[in-house]
Amino acid sequence: MSDSAPALATSTPQSVRTICAKFGNTPHRLLDILLAVRQEQGWISPQSMELVATATGLTRIVVEGVASFYSFLPLTPKGRVTIRLCDDIVDRFAGLEAVRAAFEAELGITVGGTTPDGAVSLELTPCIGMCDQAPAAMVGDLVAVRLTPDRAREIARALQAGRSPAEVLVADHDCLSPLERVKAQVQDNIRLAGQVLLGEVPLDAGITSAQGMEPTAIIDAVEASGLRGCGGAGFTTGRKWRFAAGAADPHRVVICNADEGEPGTFKDRALLTNRADLVVEGMAICARAIGGREGILYLRGEYVYLRDHLLSVLEAARSRGVLGVGFDIRLQLGAGAYICGEEGALISSCEGLPGEPKTRPPFPVTRGYLGHPTVVNNVETFAHVARILDRGADWFRAMGTEKSHGTKLFSISGDCAWPGVYELPWGLSLRELLALVGGEDAAAVQVGGPSGTMVGRDSFDRRLAYEDLATGGAVIVFSPRRNVLEIVDYYMSFFVHESCGYCTPCRVGNVFLKKAVEKFRKGQADEGDIQYLRDLSATIIETSRCGLGMTSPNPVLTSLDNLPLVWAAVTKPRKDGIKATFDIQSAIDGGRRLAQRRSMIFDRDFSE
Amino acid sequence: MRKPRVATVSLAGCFGCHMAFLDMDERLVTLMERVEFDRSPLTDIKTFRSRCEIGIIEGGACNEENVHTLIEFRKNCDVLIALGQCAIMGGLPAMRNAIMHSDDPLRECMEEAYLTGPYLRNLTRHVPNDPALPLILDKVYPCSDIVDIDIQIPGCAPSGDIIFDTLTALLDGTFTGFDRQHLRFD
Repeated sequence: MSDSAPALATSTPQSVRTICAKFGNTPHRLLDILLAVRQEQGWISPQSMELVATATGLTRIVVEGVASFYSFLPLTPKGRVTIRLCDDIVDRFAGLEAVRAAFEAELGITVGGTTPDGAVSLELTPCIGMCDQAPAAMVGDLVAVRLTPDRAREIARALQAGRSPAEVLVADHDCLSPLERVKAQVQDNIRLAGQVLLGEVPLDAGITSAQGMEPTAIIDAVEASGLRGCGGAGFTTGRKWRFAAGAADPHRVVICNADEGEPGTFKDRALLTNRADLVVEGMAICARAIGGREGILYLRGEYVYLRDHLLSVLEAARSRGVLGVGFDIRLQLGAGAYICGEEGALISSCEGLPGEPKTRPPFPVTRGYLGHPTVVNNVETFAHVARILDRGADWFRAMGTEKSHGTKLFSISGDCAWPGVYELPWGLSLRELLALVGGEDAAAVQVGGPSGTMVGRDSFDRRLAYEDLATGGAVIVFSPRRNVLEIVDYYMSFFVHESCGYCTPCRVGNVFLKKAVEKFRKGQADEGDIQYLRDLSATIIETSRCGLGMTSPNPVLTSLDNLPLVWAAVTKPRKDGIKATFDIQSAIDGGRRLAQRRSMIFDRDFSE
Repeated sequence: MRKPRVATVSLAGCFGCHMAFLDMDERLVTLMERVEFDRSPLTDIKTFRSRCEIGIIEGGACNEENVHTLIEFRKNCDVLIALGQCAIMGGLPAMRNAIMHSDDPLRECMEEAYLTGPYLRNLTRHVPNDPALPLILDKVYPCSDIVDIDIQIPGCAPSGDIIFDTLTALLDGTFTGFDRQHLRFD
């Protein structure tokens, strides 16, 4: 991969055909093909789509369906470098507005635009996993963190002068190893290393021990450890593996979900940077346990800066014999879609389809990737597995609480003194955690990202564990200065943006929910609107097809439950029965213009 | 004893719901024994004589006069009923809300309705603009966008049965919802 700005090549039929051929003209590699076309030409032109369709035997509309689904596959020409400012709420609170203004002023364009010389496009994107060093941005395939207006101007000037993102962001880029380049861009921010993942870890100890075990014994060990999926849902890992191992189809697939898209989560970033060996090892162990023949590491498009590093880690694993014998892993890059963190959508994406969830059942463990039994686990889960096989199930099980065993990585961001990654045993109270991270004055904490739980100060004794506050690890701290409704409003706009659009309750319901929240922010809401929020949320949760819609009302519901006074403060009782949201003046404005006269009824000073 | 009073009005509707009102046939007599009609096209009374227990709205709001009337009804009625699909959702008149991919949707709508539509015969070649005409709203609003609505009777038009049953139950103080068979429209 080249970090330098791709020159805007004109679409030559030959180059597109070459790309398709490189991926065997296989339809299920469509995402890779389109990403490669974008890499070469800067966008996905109509001709390219025709050519890709012809080469892969798909129809043009299928190709366009995939291309238009993903944010990172532009259908209009873009600049040589696209700057994607991370528009997360944490970045907003950390000064995104000033950085954005600096970029806009220096480049002479607004967000969504491209400089006239075709050098730079400027865009906004949801959380890119850098909340602990916000404000951040993707610059081409690289990442810039802790941006200031000065730094923004510097970057903008350098890019416009024709320098590549690599030259601008990474000193001595060409002399560095892939891992050094990663570390030159992004700080690890590992604040507390626990004894499972981030402490000292021997190489290949887990897989070595697994190689001496029967597959069923491996599954037994994983099950006995009490390990649960670390992506957020918390399904028992051993059980998932047992289902896949028992499936009829002998071709089984192991997928690592590194689509860490939940805003406020960046723990997998730390693992993929510092413990990628462990993750690969865990996948190899899983392959041995379930009889996996094929492995996919699905890396979110925002983490493309990790790609070269991960490829070298995979290569090293092959040379050590961990991979390559009966089981290998390919790296599948995503293209900017939060929904692809949902396992069905992730599998769809790996199959070259739009990242839409699949109908369940059948569950992926029986029919997943290309119809084969598939285990999808989070990055952290695989890393834990490798350690469990090394140190034994009892060692792991002894840590944590009764139902939550082992340690967990927490991504801490927001208004605290020491944001970053913490490895802690399960069961800490929020209060203890806040003391640890320097966030004691917090007024609210978002646990588990937008789809998790918002907790107020009176509930800081609640514990981080599956028994109480289950979480994939994101903890966002909000100080009393922050407007809770602004946060809820932002999270709803995030879900509106990221809904895949397949099912109506999620596609439409979240829009309605966001509008209802806006009504509160404008002070136009009454008690009935609280009930409306709850009713609509219940409908969305009950009728949505996948986890996105089943959790998207959580910012509203959990803040209503845990911070009711915030909502009550902007709820006004109405006596006259007339809706505050209806504005007659704006409703008749167009009519007034058209008729070129004033209203006899609503313009008070009307006279003939 | 003073009889409960009922007021009705048709806003942006087709009067079909008022026709449906008459579909309760001889039961109208039964109803008349229990209530007094105030402002209504049925009585041709144009303004409220006194406060009413029940107000019935047909049609949504497409112009400023509709808004004014609707607010008058809300102020003067205890229970406000949206009768039929136009009152509830905007109905057929709200089809004009679909003209949204235009720089000037209102003008486009009026021009198609009065000047450029293929099935027109408008000898004046003008969009009507008499000062007495109320100003048109930017879109057609369902009643519940403008005022609180207590009960919505669905249908296009609702049957005479559902109207009679609902009113009777309201007068008896026993209204709890609609009979399922009244909510079938095939």
